[in-house]
Amino acid sequence: MIIGKIEDGLVLDHIKAGQGMKLYEILGLDKLDCQVALIKNADSRKYGRKDIIKIDKLIDVDLDAIGFIDPNITINIIRDGKLAKRTHIDKPEKIEGFVKCKNPRCITTVEQELPHRFVLTDREKGVYRCVYCESKLEY
Amino acid sequence: MRHLIDIMNLSVNEIDEMIAVAKDIIANPGEYSEKCKGKKLATLFFEPSTRTRLSFEAAMYELGGNVIGFSEAQSSSAAKGESVADTIKTVGAYADIIAMRHPKEGAPVVASYKSDVPVINAGDGGHNHPTQTLTDLLTISREKNRLDNMTVGLCGDLKFGRTVHSLITAMSRFEKVKFVLISPDELRIPEYLKQEVLVKNNIEYVETTDLEAAMPELDILYMTRVQRERFFNEQDYMRLKDSYILTPEKLENAKTDLSILHPLPRVNEISVAVDDDPRARYFQQVKNGKYIRMALILKLLAESQA
Repeated sequence: MIIGKIEDGLVLDHIKAGQGMKLYEILGLDKLDCQVALIKNADSRKYGRKDIIKIDKLIDVDLDAIGFIDPNITINIIRDGKLAKRTHIDKPEKIEGFVKCKNPRCITTVEQELPHRFVLTDREKGVYRCVYCESKLEY
Repeated sequence: MRHLIDIMNLSVNEIDEMIAVAKDIIANPGEYSEKCKGKKLATLFFEPSTRTRLSFEAAMYELGGNVIGFSEAQSSSAAKGESVADTIKTVGAYADIIAMRHPKEGAPVVASYKSDVPVINAGDGGHNHPTQTLTDLLTISREKNRLDNMTVGLCGDLKFGRTVHSLITAMSRFEKVKFVLISPDELRIPEYLKQEVLVKNNIEYVETTDLEAAMPELDILYMTRVQRERFFNEQDYMRLKDSYILTPEKLENAKTDLSILHPLPRVNEISVAVDDDPRARYFQQVKNGKYIRMALILKLLAESQA
């Protein structure tokens, strides 16, 4: 399987196999008009299998969303066909705007304009809780 | 601006201070009868709760203050679709302090973000009800003259019972409190509470389905109602609602100085025959609710004016 080389863009590597589509949706990549490749179940020395997302444009992505999904995801920034920067994002203390509280009793279910906000309450287990109803975030 | 949304918003010292104030109010009510003269409490009850609302209103009247508000969402602008934030900002223009009950969890948090006056959470769905917990703590303190070194049995709906969750969380901060958690398997306390409060803080606890076997070691027995409104499935409610009914016979092996508490209202989980037992303290608990709410109103108003 051959995916063309990127001149200027992003490669999100080491995504846990099966989480690529979730990240694609959270980052809103379906709204981009450039080439985007989602590679599922690629071979990985580190994980056995992994997902990869390649974006053929230097865009602003929500780094919190990447750290939230998995701090082990590698963000490669490509400029002029070369690796310009490689980085990881820790799980953010707070997240807002890209995931919703699923508790049917939460105030956010009736007040549509309230921002869905979560705080990290257990870094080790990666537990986020809604700032309003304190329900554990399920995603 | 200081609010009370969750019992954990208060430190152990602050709880001790408020209990001391409440006891002083009980001993010297006359000294407090004009403390809130000229002040207004707004009781915003988006969900009916006669008991809690009357307790807040009685508390404010006994402090010499006045009360405005509504007792159900239908008689408020919420029925027209007004947001919690807008209601709170409007009411804050008229009142010095707000007590709010709402059926949706987290609504008081939204209110506290927008309010210019102190907001007291008077219950938000199945989530928090901190003034009930303060009531429970004052009652236990008055009964036992301490909040540490005791075995507390909690019986009934430990899964959805918010008063149970808050009481466990609050009491876990006091030394040598052991919990005996008595419930049917389906209504055991949530795993997160077990892990994040009991296990994390190294609190001694046992889970059991047998109330009578647990009875002899209890200093406090906190009974709860299986609440119909917390079930999505009527069949589950019908199956579990009569799991535990406290009768005089079941108290035969209890300590002579046991205190039986219940947040009320009860349905049938405590037989009326128990009411005459001197260990039944749940109606005293109701009175304590008014006194601790008086102490809370005084504290928040003083801090908002500081």
